[in-house]
Amino acid sequence: MGPESLEAKQKAAIEEVLKAYPEKAAKNRAKHLGVGGPEDESQKTCGNVRSNKKTVPGVMSQRGCAYAGSKGVVWGPVKDMVHISHGPIGCGQYSRAGRRNYYIGTTGVDTFVTMNFSSDFQEKDIVFGGDKKLAVCLEEIDALFPLNNGITVQSECPIGLIGDDINATSKQYASKTGQTVVPVNCEGFRGVSQSLGHHIANDTVRDYVFDANPKTLGAPIEVTEYDVAIIGDYNIGGDAWSSRILLEEMGLRVVAQWSGDATLKEMVATTKVKLNLLHCYRSMNYISRHMEKEYGIPWIEYNFFGPSQTIKSLRKIAAFFDESIQAKCEEVIAKYQPLVDAVVNKYRPRLEGKTVMLFVGGLRPRHVIGAYEDLGMEVIGTGYEFAHDDDYKRTKDEIFRSTVIYDDVNEYELEAFVKALQPDLVASGIKEKYVFQKMGLPYRQMHSWDYSGPYHGYDGFAIFAQDMDLAINSPVWAHTKAPWDKEGEA
Amino acid sequence: MQEIEKIVNGQKLFQRPEYQEVLKNKKEFEGGMGAVDAEKVKEIAEWTKSWDYREKNLAREAITVNPAKACQPLGAVMVALGFENTMPYVHGSHGCVAYFRSYFTKHFKEPTPCVSDSMTEDAAVFGGLTNMKDGLKNCAALYKPEMIAVSTTCMAEVIGDDLYAFAVAAKEEDGGEFLPESFPITYAHTPSFTGSHITGYDNMMHGILEQLTTDQKTEEKKERINIIPGFETYIGSIRSVKAIVESFGADYLMLGDHSDQWDMPAGNYSMFAGGTPIADAKDSINSTATISLGKYATTKTMKMVQKRWKHKGGFSNPVGLKGTDEFVMKLAELTGKDVPAKLKIERGRLVDAMQDSYPYMHGKKFAIWGDPDFLVGLVSFLLEMGAEPTHVLCHNAPRGWEEEMRAMLDTSPAAADCHVWAGKDLWHMRSLLFTEPVDFMIGNSYGKELMRDTGIPLIYIGFPIFDRHHLHRYSISGYDGALNLLTWITNKVLDQLDEETKNIASTDYFFDLVR
Repeated sequence: MGPESLEAKQKAAIEEVLKAYPEKAAKNRAKHLGVGGPEDESQKTCGNVRSNKKTVPGVMSQRGCAYAGSKGVVWGPVKDMVHISHGPIGCGQYSRAGRRNYYIGTTGVDTFVTMNFSSDFQEKDIVFGGDKKLAVCLEEIDALFPLNNGITVQSECPIGLIGDDINATSKQYASKTGQTVVPVNCEGFRGVSQSLGHHIANDTVRDYVFDANPKTLGAPIEVTEYDVAIIGDYNIGGDAWSSRILLEEMGLRVVAQWSGDATLKEMVATTKVKLNLLHCYRSMNYISRHMEKEYGIPWIEYNFFGPSQTIKSLRKIAAFFDESIQAKCEEVIAKYQPLVDAVVNKYRPRLEGKTVMLFVGGLRPRHVIGAYEDLGMEVIGTGYEFAHDDDYKRTKDEIFRSTVIYDDVNEYELEAFVKALQPDLVASGIKEKYVFQKMGLPYRQMHSWDYSGPYHGYDGFAIFAQDMDLAINSPVWAHTKAPWDKEGEA
Repeated sequence: MQEIEKIVNGQKLFQRPEYQEVLKNKKEFEGGMGAVDAEKVKEIAEWTKSWDYREKNLAREAITVNPAKACQPLGAVMVALGFENTMPYVHGSHGCVAYFRSYFTKHFKEPTPCVSDSMTEDAAVFGGLTNMKDGLKNCAALYKPEMIAVSTTCMAEVIGDDLYAFAVAAKEEDGGEFLPESFPITYAHTPSFTGSHITGYDNMMHGILEQLTTDQKTEEKKERINIIPGFETYIGSIRSVKAIVESFGADYLMLGDHSDQWDMPAGNYSMFAGGTPIADAKDSINSTATISLGKYATTKTMKMVQKRWKHKGGFSNPVGLKGTDEFVMKLAELTGKDVPAKLKIERGRLVDAMQDSYPYMHGKKFAIWGDPDFLVGLVSFLLEMGAEPTHVLCHNAPRGWEEEMRAMLDTSPAAADCHVWAGKDLWHMRSLLFTEPVDFMIGNSYGKELMRDTGIPLIYIGFPIFDRHHLHRYSISGYDGALNLLTWITNKVLDQLDEETKNIASTDYFFDLVR
C-alpha cells in the first residue's frame, strides 16, 4: 500500500466518523481529527488538529478532570505527605491506588500514597461550608499520622462553588503548627481536562514548596556538579527506578524524583540541581520553566522508551556535562547494547510489521512510538486525552509516515477508527480495554502498563517487548471463532 | 540487567542487587522518617496497633481514612445499565464519569458505557442547560439508545440545575430530530454529599419506575411479580434469583437486570446487552407484587411501590440458607403454589454441604464489611454455620441497619463478643483488628492492606474486587449461591490451616492429607 492510498483511507475513515454527529458536534469534532505526517506544513500542531478545548457534551470522552490531574497525577504520588480529597466521598474512592505509583515506605506510618483520606462532605457541609471540618481534619491527621511531612488539600467540585476558603484555613493551621499545608484549588469543573489540574498543582509546588521553604528532616543535601532531577515520572510500575539506575551509572546524582516515590525534601532540593530532566512534558513543563526562570536551572526533555530513543536521550543528557560523564554515558550504552540486541533478535521476528493504534495521555502517544518501531511495529493512529498544540507539534517529529491523529477521541470514534484501520494491537486505557478485547483484538493498557512494567530504560524495554509479544501472539485470540461457525460469522 | 532467557517485570527486577542498591542510595535524599530514623517508624507502627491509638482513632470526627463506600451517581449508573438499550447520562463534569466507568470496569472486567455532558466553569456559573441540550442530542444521535437515564454530580446539585425542565427544553430545541416527544429521558437527582452509592441506586430506580409508569396503570392487574435486585455486584446472583422464580413457573419482571451487560461473550462488541425491556418497565406498575432484594438500597423506591402502586411483596434477602428459605416461601405465598421439588433438592444439597464442612467454620471469628444489605445476608450465613462475626462494619449504614444487625448478632451464643460498627471506615477496622483480632476477614479489595498489616487472611467477597478475577460471575444468592459462599470460606480456612502447619519437622504432623 503506497502512502497516498494509506492517507486516503485514513481521511475516508475520518469523514465516515463525522457523519454520525449532529451538525454542531460534527463541526466541532472535525477540528480535532486529522491525518498527520512528518512533512506536515503546519508548524503548530500535527494533522492540523485542534486541542485543549471543551469536550463535546454527551459523547463518551475518556477525559478526566482537574482534580484527577492534581491529586491523581502530580501530588498523589508524593509519598511522605497526606493528600486529602476534600469534598464528597466519591472522587477519592474512585482514584485510590489505581495508578501504580510505586514507592518504598511503611504505608500508614511514614508514607501514605495508596490510602484514601477524605473529608466526606455531607449536606450540612455544603450548606454551612466545610472550612471548620477541614481544620479538624488537619488536626486529626497530625494526631494519628504524626510522621507525615505535610498535607495537601485537593479540592473537589463543590469547594469552589460554595465559597469555602481552603487557602485561609490551611494557612492558619500551617502558621499555628509550622506544618506544610498545601491548598490546591483543583475543582473538577475547572478547565477542560486533567491538564489544568497539572498546571494548578505545579503552581502550588512553586508557592508552597519553593517559596515557603518548608522544614525537612535529616541533614541538608550537599550540592554537587552532577546533580539532576527526574521530572514528570510517576514511577508507574517502577519506571523512575529503571530510569534512575541509568543516570547514576553514567555518573549523575539523582537528587529528586517528581513525583513517583518522591518526598517533600526531594522537591525542596530540586531548586539546586544542575539540570532538570523532563519526561512528561505536559504535566510538569510549568514547574520546569519556573525553575529555569527563577533558579536558572536548564531543562531538557528526554525519552526512555525503547533503545533508539533511550540512547539518543542519554547522549543528549551527557552533552550537558563534562567529558567524564560523556565517556561513562558511552560505557552505559555499550554495556546494555548486548541486551538490546538480544531483545530485538528475540521479539522483532514475532512482531515485525504489526500495526498499533494508541490513545493515551501525557507523553505516551508520542514517546512510545520509537519503542514500537524498535520492535518493527508501526503506530498507525495516535492521540491524546488532554494535550495542547505543543504536544501535537512534538508528535509530528515522532511519526514516520501518514498517521491518523485524534484529539480527545471518544468511544464511538475510536471504535470506528479501529474497525476502519484494523490494527493488530490497540493500546489505551482500562475503560476501552474490554471493548476491543471482545472484538478479539490484542490490547495493552498503556496507563498502568496492564499491571506489568516498568517500561522505561533498557530493563523496561525488555519487559515492554515481552508484554507486546504476549498480547499479540497469545493463543487466546484464536479461540473466539467456534469450530461450527460459518465463514464470515463471529 | 535483564537476562534475555528470563525477562522479569518489576516484581522480581527490583529485588536484584543493583536495584536494591539504587533504592538504598535514594534514601540519602528522601528526608522521610523511614530514611532518617527507622526506629521511630517502628515505634509509631507499634503504637498504631495499641488500645491507646484505637481510642484516638475511634474518636475521629472529621477525617475519613480508607472509606468503604462510594457516591450516589455510581449507583445510578448501575440502575441505568439494567434497562435495555439505556445510556446512563451524568449531568456534570466528565471527570466523574471517567471514574464511574473505570471503577465498574476494574471490577467486572467489562466495558461500562456512560456519558456526561462535560460541564465546565461557564456551566458552573450559568447553569448546565446548554450542555444538557447538546449532550442529550449528541448522545441520542451517536449511540442510538432507547432511553437515556440522567443522574447528577455534586457540581450540578450545588448549582441547582432542574433536570425535568432541562429535559423538556432539550426535546423542544431538538424538534424531534434525535429526541422525539415519546423518547424516554428519565432522571434522578443524585447528590454525592448525601448517602452513598446505594442511595443513588434507590433514587435512580425510583426515578425510572415512577417516570416510565406515569399513565400506564390499567384496570386489571397481572399475576406477575416484579423483582428489584438492589446494588447487586454478583452477576450469578441475578441468575440464581431468576432460576428460583422460574422454578415456580411464575410470571415475573426483573427490574434493573444488568447481568448480561456486565457479562458479554467474546466475539462481538455491542454497547448494550440484555436489560429490562422499556415496555416491561412501563408495565411494571400493573404487576400484583414487587419484591426488593435490597432493603436498604430501595427504601424510597419501595415506599412508592407499596404506598402508591399498592403492591404486595416487600423485602427479601436471599443470601444464605435462611434468607433463601424466606424468599422461596414468599414466592410460594405470592404464587399460591407449593415449593417445587427442584428447590427442595437444592436446599437439601446445601444443608448436606453445610453439615460436611461446619467444623471448619464453627467458632471462627470473622471481621466483615460492605454494603448494608450484603452484610445482612452474609452475617446471617455466618451465624447459620456457627461462626462468630466479631466485627461487622458498615460505612454507609442507613437508619435502622445498626439495630437490625445487633438483633441478628444477639441470636449468637457469642453475642457479647460480636460488635456492630455503623458509619466507621477501614482505618477504624485496622485498629479493631489489632486490638480484638479475628481469624478471617471477609471483604473487598480494600481489605488487602489490612491483610498485609495484620496478617489476617482475607476472603474476597464484596465490591469492588479489582485484584481477583471472575468472582463476580458467581452467585452468592439462593441455595447455589450459599454453596459458593460455603466453598470459598471453608477452603480458605483449610488453606490457612495448611499454611500454619506446613513447617517441616515442627508442625507438619497436623498437615493432614484428609480433612
